[in-house]
Amino acid sequence: MKELLTGNYAVAEAVRLARVQLVAAYPITPQTPIYEKLSEMEMEGKLKGIMMRMESEHSAMAAVVAASLTGVRTFTATASQGIALMHEMLHFASGNRVPVVMCNVNRVIAIPWAFGSDQSDSLSQRDTGWLQFYCEDAQEACDTVIQAYRIAEQILLPIMVCIDGFFTSHFLEPIEIPDQASVDAFLPSFSLPTRFDIHNPAYIANVINADQYMQYRQRTFEDMEKARPVIKEVDREYREIIGRGYDMIETVNTDDAEIVLVTSGAMTSTARMAIQSLRDKGYKAGLLKMKAFRPFPTQEVQEALKDVPRVAVLDRNISIGKEGIWCQELKAALYPLERRPLVTGYIAGICGSDVSPEMIENMVTDALNRKESVELPVWVRRS
Amino acid sequence: MVIEQTEKEYMRSGHMGCPGCGVASTMRLVLKVLGEKTIVVIIPSCAAVISAAYPNSVMDVPSFHSALEIAAPTAAGIANALKIRGEEDTTVLAFAGDGGTFDIGLQSLSAAAARNDNFIYVCLDNEAYMNTGIQSSSATPENAWTMTTPAGRQGRKKQFMQIIAAHRIPYAATAAMGYPLDLMEKVKKAKSIKGTKFIHTLAPCPTGWKMPEDLTARSTMLAVETKLFPLYEIIDGTQYRITHESQGLPVEEYLKIQGRYRQLNEEQIRKMQREVDENWEQLEGKIKVCM
Ligand code: SF4
Repeated sequence: MKELLTGNYAVAEAVRLARVQLVAAYPITPQTPIYEKLSEMEMEGKLKGIMMRMESEHSAMAAVVAASLTGVRTFTATASQGIALMHEMLHFASGNRVPVVMCNVNRVIAIPWAFGSDQSDSLSQRDTGWLQFYCEDAQEACDTVIQAYRIAEQILLPIMVCIDGFFTSHFLEPIEIPDQASVDAFLPSFSLPTRFDIHNPAYIANVINADQYMQYRQRTFEDMEKARPVIKEVDREYREIIGRGYDMIETVNTDDAEIVLVTSGAMTSTARMAIQSLRDKGYKAGLLKMKAFRPFPTQEVQEALKDVPRVAVLDRNISIGKEGIWCQELKAALYPLERRPLVTGYIAGICGSDVSPEMIENMVTDALNRKESVELPVWVRRS
Repeated sequence: MVIEQTEKEYMRSGHMGCPGCGVASTMRLVLKVLGEKTIVVIIPSCAAVISAAYPNSVMDVPSFHSALEIAAPTAAGIANALKIRGEEDTTVLAFAGDGGTFDIGLQSLSAAAARNDNFIYVCLDNEAYMNTGIQSSSATPENAWTMTTPAGRQGRKKQFMQIIAAHRIPYAATAAMGYPLDLMEKVKKAKSIKGTKFIHTLAPCPTGWKMPEDLTARSTMLAVETKLFPLYEIIDGTQYRITHESQGLPVEEYLKIQGRYRQLNEEQIRKMQREVDENWEQLEGKIKVCM
């Protein structure tokens, strides 16, 4: 049965279904309804365990890392300035190899102050050692949070599930919330070894030397690599038990495409309409939806784009001094190909500014007419 | 007062601190009382270096070297997880220096105390950032020399116990390694109480205080006997109790054994004495109110 829910509430439902034992959070727009909904569930007895009402996101992450080391399943959520404040602790989570799951509701970062959706907050945490998944809608957010626990607990690295502020987080959508029995079948009860063993005391996070530090980083890197087959297997099982799956990327009409538009997050839904309209007009246009950002689905992207002559990348973020972050990453992934497509980067929808299907159609036709690559991104704003 | 004297140590020999380090001795005394069922949170400080450098560790209880500003929420996270796991007979202890407590960690400590999360927080106050090589903190006394206050610190030491008392946590106390039984009894009491417990220890640093390494314990005794660092406890933030009657020696006795006060002139010493007297009067006032 489908229910009308916002993306934030869908995430809270997933946290409940995952039988999370400890939530530590701090409110921030547009994440706050997740925190409020979880508090309501706690009051109603639907969420067992402990909710820690923190004084900052930095401390919230400190608390979930510590609780996770003590062997309980944890969750937190944040956005924008919150994830920026957490930055140090994000390294602590991955460095301590804890399977913390967090929802980041993408919102622009000050300054100037503003509130709209923008992926710069989480994408700029790229190098913190977290897996990052970007969801198109509330249904995907709910399913991805549940999947994230399976993946994180298997590879012992934290996972960030990202949704677009105010679009996915606040819009009502019909959502299929899985039943508890199916989730229990998919996500077995938690049995991480507790890292604090009174009978066998160990010291966690010693001071180590340079060689040991490098070895440690290499191992973490290798374990993130090992996450690739795990993500796929977990998604396959989820599809089997719950009936839906997403994989690391999704392709639409890419096989014969002369141009492929690359998107992530909520703008993908708008792009689907634009691509269909272009097809109706006779353009051979395809769509590549990016779900996983870390680990980056390099092989999948190469496979999808190896015969495509032109690519347009739509970024709702900007790395000042370079270009859109998805565009940089995509170009890097395509570099080893012998015949590389011509890639043009478009910046649109910054801070949640409007991106209509027509604007996307214009980007695609613009990219289709380009003869040579441009180094700087093309800024697209509603005129 | 009876403290069971056991042979068992939970801090083994071979620590990495300087000879005569008051931080190391204080840690040892605290752990001796808390015993086996303890999880320790340590943050960047001399305590972190003292406790472990891979592959060695002097700690005989599970320990975690966390980040500088989060001793309290880390301890709180562990304590809540233990509660979920039904292992509440394990004590969670946070060791933090004065920098990690008075300065960068104040916000997160304040919040944990306001939630009354269940752990013991021991501030190992050596009155400066000693681990990075003697830079002033807001626990550094007025006029004391440090590398960042070569002419003596301007600004007075934060009255931290007053901040803690304002949180009305169930138990707070001051202690010093020169009075080991008093210190150990306070730790024992803290262990028996649920909620946030705070113990402010004066943990001398011979290196940073520029004094001979065999004066560590003696320096804390002089701090107590001059009433500069009185020994007391606060229940629920309101009920004060002195646990050791100070003799009221002149503060100069304490100052003169330390090189960090060498540049003090007569007037500055008189001012310090006045301040010690005023603080003592204030404290006595609070005790009288409680009686
Ligand atoms: S610098 Fe001071 S506090 Fe640090 S280990 Fe040496 S004596 Fe102890």
